Order: sequence, then C-alpha cells, then structure tokens
Amino acid sequence: MSEINMPKKNLLSMQIDPAKFEPASEDEKRQADVMSESTSFFRDGMRKLMKNPLAVGSIIALVLIILLILIAPKIVPYGYEEIIKVAGSKDKTITNLAPFAWSEKEQALIASGTKLFPHIMGTDSLGRDYFIRVIYGTRVSLTVGLFASILVLIIGVLYGSISGYRGGRTDMIMMRIVDIIYSLPDVLIIILLSVVLNQTLNKSNPIVKLLGTNMVAIFIVFGLLYWVGMARLVRGEVLKIKNNEYFLAAKATGASSWHIIKTHVIPNCISVIIITTALQIPSSIFTESFLSFMGMGVQAPMPSLGSLANNARAGLQSYPWQLIFPAMMIVIIVLAFNLLGDGLRDAFDPKLRR
Amino acid sequence: MAVLEQILEDGQEPLLKVIDLHTSFTTDNGEVQAVNGLSFNLNPGTTLGIVGESGSGKSVTAYSIMRILEANGHVTAGKILFQGEDISSYSEKQMADFRGNKISIIFQDPMTSLNPVYTIGNQIVEAITLHQEVTKEQAKLEAIEMLKQVGINDAERRFKQYPHELSGGMRQRVMIAMALVSKPSILIADEPTTALDVTIQAQILELMQELQKKYHMAIIIVTHDLGVIAQMADEIVVMYGGRICERGTAEDIFYNPCHEYTKGLLKSIPNVDNMKEKLVPIEGSPINLLNLPKGCAFCARCAKAMKICLEEVPPELRMPDGHLASCWMNVKNNNYITEEEAGA
Amino acid sequence: MTKYLIKRVLLALLSIFLICMITFFLMNAVPGGPFSSEKAVSPQVMAALEARFNLDKPLWQQFVMYMGNILHGDFGISMKTGREIAVTLKSCFSISAKLGGSALIVALFFGVIFGCVAALYRNRVPDRIIVFMTTLFTAMPSFVLATLLLLVFCIQLKWFPVWDASNKSYLLPVIALAAYPTAYITRLTKTAMLDALSQDYIRTARAKGVPMVWVIFKHALRNALIPVITYLGPELAYILTGSLVIENIFTIGGLGQQFVQSINNRDYSMIMGTTIFLAIIMVFCNLLSDILYKVVDPRIKLES
Repeated sequence: MSEINMPKKNLLSMQIDPAKFEPASEDEKRQADVMSESTSFFRDGMRKLMKNPLAVGSIIALVLIILLILIAPKIVPYGYEEIIKVAGSKDKTITNLAPFAWSEKEQALIASGTKLFPHIMGTDSLGRDYFIRVIYGTRVSLTVGLFASILVLIIGVLYGSISGYRGGRTDMIMMRIVDIIYSLPDVLIIILLSVVLNQTLNKSNPIVKLLGTNMVAIFIVFGLLYWVGMARLVRGEVLKIKNNEYFLAAKATGASSWHIIKTHVIPNCISVIIITTALQIPSSIFTESFLSFMGMGVQAPMPSLGSLANNARAGLQSYPWQLIFPAMMIVIIVLAFNLLGDGLRDAFDPKLRR
Repeated sequence: MAVLEQILEDGQEPLLKVIDLHTSFTTDNGEVQAVNGLSFNLNPGTTLGIVGESGSGKSVTAYSIMRILEANGHVTAGKILFQGEDISSYSEKQMADFRGNKISIIFQDPMTSLNPVYTIGNQIVEAITLHQEVTKEQAKLEAIEMLKQVGINDAERRFKQYPHELSGGMRQRVMIAMALVSKPSILIADEPTTALDVTIQAQILELMQELQKKYHMAIIIVTHDLGVIAQMADEIVVMYGGRICERGTAEDIFYNPCHEYTKGLLKSIPNVDNMKEKLVPIEGSPINLLNLPKGCAFCARCAKAMKICLEEVPPELRMPDGHLASCWMNVKNNNYITEEEAGA
Repeated sequence: MTKYLIKRVLLALLSIFLICMITFFLMNAVPGGPFSSEKAVSPQVMAALEARFNLDKPLWQQFVMYMGNILHGDFGISMKTGREIAVTLKSCFSISAKLGGSALIVALFFGVIFGCVAALYRNRVPDRIIVFMTTLFTAMPSFVLATLLLLVFCIQLKWFPVWDASNKSYLLPVIALAAYPTAYITRLTKTAMLDALSQDYIRTARAKGVPMVWVIFKHALRNALIPVITYLGPELAYILTGSLVIENIFTIGGLGQQFVQSINNRDYSMIMGTTIFLAIIMVFCNLLSDILYKVVDPRIKLES
C-alpha cells in the first residue's frame, strides 16, 4: 500500500478527499465503538436498586423506624408497663386519653408550670402511655420477624444446599421430607404447640421467661416448618450451579465438599437467599401479629403490635385510634419489607419473578 | 444513491418491496436502532437469504415486515409494499387478516413456538379457520392433509397430540404446515434450522424447497448459517448493524466478497478451500446498537478501516461482476463500475 | 398420570396421618391429658371415664383406637359441653364453608381479572392503580382489615349489622378474607400473563393472524392460569386460618370461632377434633389443586 489510488470515475456526488482514505488509528476506531459501560453484577444491581424510588423509600422508612424504636425509649419518660402516676399519686382520668390529651391532674400540673412529656398516642385503658407501648410492640414484632427469618435462613440454606449438593438418593429422601412438611398446616400446628407448651414448659427457664411460651412455640414452629420454602429454592439453585463447568473444575481439582459449597455454591445463590429472606421477614411479622391478635403471642404486659390491635377491639367504638396506630405500624413495616424485597428481586434476580 | 433507486424501480413488479426500513426498540437504556435504512426486493418464486450475526437486525427485519415486533419495538420509517400495496399503512385488523394468509413465518425454536396447552391439530385448524370460510370438519381434513404434505407420518394420530409429545424436527414440520395452510405467496423462515440436529436440518431445508416449487412461493430465509444460505438462496443480503453490507448471488458473495465484513465472515468458517489454513475470527464484539457510529457500522472491528469509514456511511456500489457492496475500500481501490458500464 | 396420582394421594394420606399423630401426642403431653378438667371428679367417676375413653390402655393403643374412630367420622365427645364433636363440627362447617368458599371464589374471580387488566395496561393508569392496591392489601393483615371494616361500616356508618347470618352480613367478612388472596392472585396473574405474552408461541399466534383479543384470551390466559392454580392450595390455607380471626371479629359461629373458643376453654378433645378436621380439609384441597394443575398443563402428564 504505497500510495492511494484516486477513484477513476467521479460517480459519487461528493468530493472525495484523499486524506480520508488514510488508515484509521486504533484510537480513532475505539472512539467510534462506543460501548455501554460495563459494571459488576453487584454494582449493577445496587444501581438499579437505588434507581427504584419505592425500594429507596422503604429503606429510609425502615431505618427511621429502627432509629425510633432505639431512641424513643430513652427519651419518653414512661415505661411500657408503667401505669402513669401524676405527681406520685394515682389518676383515674388518665385512662384512654386521646393523642396529645392530658388528664385532669396533669392539666392542673401544667397550669402550675410543670413541663410534662405529651402522650403522643394517648393512653390505654389501664392508663399506660400508648406511644411507648406501640414502640415496644414494634420492637417485639420486628425482633420476632428478624430472628424467625434468620432461623429459616440458616436451616433452609443448610438443608437445601446439602440436598442439592449430594443429589441422588439423599436428595430424594430429603425432598420427600420437605414435601411432607410443606403439606402440614403451619398455623394450626403453631396454635396447637402454644396450647401444649403453655401447660408443659418450665416457666422458670430464663429463655422461656424472657420470651414467653408462645414465642418459644413460634420459634420452634418456624424452625420446624417454615424453612422448607427456602430449602426448595436453594436446592434448585444448587442443582443449576452443579451443571456449570466451574463446579466440575472445582471437583476435578479435588477441593473438599465444604470448600466447594463455601466458595462456589453459596456465593452463586446468595441473591436468591437475600431476596427470600427479605420477603420472609414480613411474613414472619404477619404470623406473629396474627397469633398475638388471637391472644397467643407474647406474654402480657409485654406488648406486640398484634396484641395491641387485639386489646383495642374492646373499645373500638370510643377509642378507634388505639387500633389505628398499631395497625398502621404493621402495615408500614410489612409494606416496606415487601417493597424492599421486590426491589431487591427486580435489581438482582429478574428471573426469580413469579 | 442512484444505484439503489434503480434496483427498486427496475424490472417487473416485485412481489415484496421493502424501502428504507428503520426499526428501533425503546429500552431503559435508550433507543436501540436495530434496522437502519434497509431496502430490498423479492420476486415471486425466488429465495432471498438474509445473513448476519446476532444483533445484525436480520430477524427484526422479518418481524417488521410481519408487524409482530415486541411491544417496545416500532417501525420508525420506511415502506413495505406487497404486490404494489402499502401494507405498512394497514390497520391492525387488516394486518391480522394479512398475516398467515399472504405472508407466513416460521421461527427459530420449534420447541417454544407452539402453544404447549393446545394440541397441534387445534393450532393448525385455528390457522385455517382464521383465513378460510370452512367448517370445523373441513378444516380438520385440510389440516391432516397438510400434515401429510410436510412429511408427517400417522397424521391423524399426531393431530391429537400436544407439542411436547413431538420431536424438534417434527414440530418444525408442524410449524411449516401451519404456515402454509393458506397457501401464502411468501414464507419467511427465521433461523428455521438453528435449533435442529444437522440431519434434521437438511430434511427441513429440502422440504422447504420442495414445497416452494409446489406452491410457487417466495422464501425469505434469515440465518447466520452460511451453509444454509448457500444451499437455499438465489440472492443473498449480508447485514451488519442494521444495514446491508453486500448483496448478490451466492456465487458473488462466496467467491468474490467485496465488503470487509463479508470477507471476515467467510474466513471465520471452515470450507473445502481453507481446510488447511487457520480460521480467522473477526476481532471485537458486535456493535452497540444504542450508539451507532457515524460512519460504517463495521469500522470499529475492521482491520482496514480508514478515516472516512468513521465519518461517512459508505454508498452502495456495483462491483465489476454486477453485485452490490457498501464498502469504502472499493472506492479506494477503484473496484466498482458505473451503471452505464453495467448496462453496456 | 396414574403413577403421579397414586403417589400424590399416598403423600396426602401420610400427611393426614402425621397431623393426627402430632395432634394426638401433643395433646396427650398436656399434664392430665385431654380429659382432665378443673372440676374435682371422684376417683370412681374418673375410673369410669377412663374406661369409657380407654384411657387405661397404653398410649399407642389409644391412638390406634382414636384413628379408627376418626375413620368412622367419630371425633369423640367434647369434655366441656359433652356434645358429640362431629355434630358440632358439621353445623359449624356449613357456615365456614359458605364464608370461605365465597372468599375463595371472589379472590379467584377478581384476582384474575385485575391481573389481566394490569398486564394489558402495563405501566399505564389502570396498572398503576391496581399495583398500588395490591401492594397495600398484601401488607395488611386480615384482622386489621376486618376490624377497620367493622369500625367503619358497622359501627360508624351502621350500614351493616355485625352478624345476623343473613346473606348481606357475609359481605364484610368475605371482603376481609378475600382481600389478601385477591391481591396475591392479581400479582401472580399479572406476572404470569406478562410472561406468557412474551413467549414465542404468542408471536406464532400473531403471525398466524389471530386477532389480539384472541391472542390474549385463548393463547396467553390459559398458560397464565397455570401458576394461579398452583396457588389455590396456599390460598385455601390462608382463608382457613384467616377465618379463625375473622369469625371472631364478626362473631360468626363457624369452625374458626369454635376452634378459638375451645382453645380458650382448654377443651382439649375439641381442639384435637377441630385441628384434625381443618387439617384434613387443607390437605385434601392441596391434593385437588395439585391434580387440577396436572390436568390443565398437558406438558407434565407424562412425567411422574
């Protein structure tokens, strides 16, 4: 390619500039080839998540609620089981106050110049500050939801990955067990178990004392029954991973089973696990509030959102806000977790959409 | 662009005329320009092969003609004339009458192209009753007859079966039967053999050729498989980045490629001539249709790219042997003839 | 198909057996057993009772006898009321079945319709409204919705009586029970519909010249309904457990209220009977929905 032959016929209407027929440099070529920015799986997912206003809103709402339940008990001068006494004496008019209302004695105190902390959500039928009860109720519901989900996570992931990893007969037997557990009516068994445990558990046991027999029942049932969904999902993922070449390669190099599970299996199904857990939390909260509403949840005087809603039924006609506050709290928490779970799913695993 | 217009105006009325077709898809990341100014003619009874790699816009072209693009895809410009009638201005209802009647299409994956919850008989009868005034009984007889035509033994039994009970090749035969029940004048085959075993591939291609003769229909075959194209096509269109690089007869394209992309494509596949040579893959990856380069779509991957390639879209020029190519190298090397010379 | 059927029925029977076993032995783990009561009973009466209910026999033998009785539809006698449990269950069941059945149908009907509308108007106004409502209702426990409905329509507006067994008074409880499953089915139908509409066979149908309406109703909907059918089992379980609280809130004398009452009364034989009865219904309906699923989807017929 010594010199450039000019076109012999000027057939094209344009003027041809010989300089344009110089070979293009690599840089110039690269500029013409505008590629989309390449991102890692995690970064891409986070970017999508942060672009989802509902998911971001949910994260903010959940952070605010968590801050609230951590800080409020330090600021509000009332205890959740404390029947409020005004100036050291009992006050009959302090029951069932409306939000931000004062009892007669309190009004007198305020008139004399004392500063009192307002009853943000009023008081309940025993004269306890309702705001702090709702805060503690939220604490209980969130904690139960969280711990139950962690329990589900651990058992489900272990069971599912072992079943999928071992395959063959082990897998078949383990999955039959899952099938059977899956067909058991969970809520009925929880109810049954709390009835029985109520009678049989040693109430002086510190754990039982702390949680109450019903909570122990809930955790036992979550540990026994609720993990099957997670186990099925994880098993499915593991089976998919097992068909990949890198899995074979790891096996061929003689890596130990535990090593393979740890470095290849779990990281590859982590998105499924996270999403399922995020969606498990609201469902655990649902179950807890349902049981508490039936009077089978946490032991009084410890409140939970469900038991608060249940107690409010008696005075529904006169004090509807006693229902509305805990009910709204449940709806907000469950909504936030649901939206966050959906957002995570859309961002990290669009195929999981069911 | 005189050449292009001339092809479009020349000769007898073509069966199908696609003029300056543009199709794009709206996505979260922007507008994906899948087809960018595509024109071709199709004459009755002939076979046109559209070849190109994934993302070259070949399937989108087929779907644009049928107007069966996904919801986010739309034809933004261009005309499609069928027997001189502008079908791109048809209403959706007119188009529904037209599809499967005058032009039919078969798809790449016969595994997923049939509805799993209906028997194949049900699906073929549906295609018949949509376009013909016949009773259910007549339609059934016609469907079974059609199944026999496409070489399905035991058609009466197959008629009652579900898609999952048939093999891949069998399903593709069913697809062909379903496409041909209304005796269309054009059959579009979108990668008809890609998902099939090699032995089955040959059978399906033979079947298509046989039926083409029988019904005197035109075929547009869309594929990335140069072997299939060589066997089937009277005329070949090579696409890259939603544009035509080169077009001509199989002989022109295979023995005298005049576009750098076609040359690269031919070097990257084994054949009798280069058996002993090393295969040369085309470097780089397919272009990003979100950001088309200003000039030639292939410039970023082209070893011989020149400055002008980056700046201007190459015109379509007639090669000395009469076929057409759009590559600036031909201008540089004076490797083209004027229309007067071509006419002489 | 036959092989699958046999396997599935065996699994259901095994589940029922397990539930009976769990219930029986759990109840017997309660100190004093299912037949203890607070009232002091003379030793003679106790012995007579024990003989009458075979309590003097070993536990496993009692279990075998109990199972035998259940097979004959005999759930024993309530220790609190002295009435036959089977009779109580039967009378309560008709009310619960009407309530639950209506909720099931309402949820299915509206869920599928809303789901289709949302899929077809994707990202447009109807879809956004439906998405908003489903998100809200999947976050609202049934007891919250029920209490709110009671508060607004029975107490404040007085449009409905709380409960008088007339058809009209079924409306609010049915809404409360059906809200969550409706929202869930709507979401399920929408995703399934969108999934179906993006399938190759939809393109084939359009290419054949099938009008859009038929593409949606004949080709897409049938496929989209398959996942909805698999949800029928869980939906029923939700409605059954949901009715435990709903019946209490609206004071409906169905199985749910009976169950909660027997728990509060510590009527162990009644709890046992009700649990087993409810569990049998659930397992049976799960079985039905699984079989229905296989019938609707021809692809799985041949597999075991």
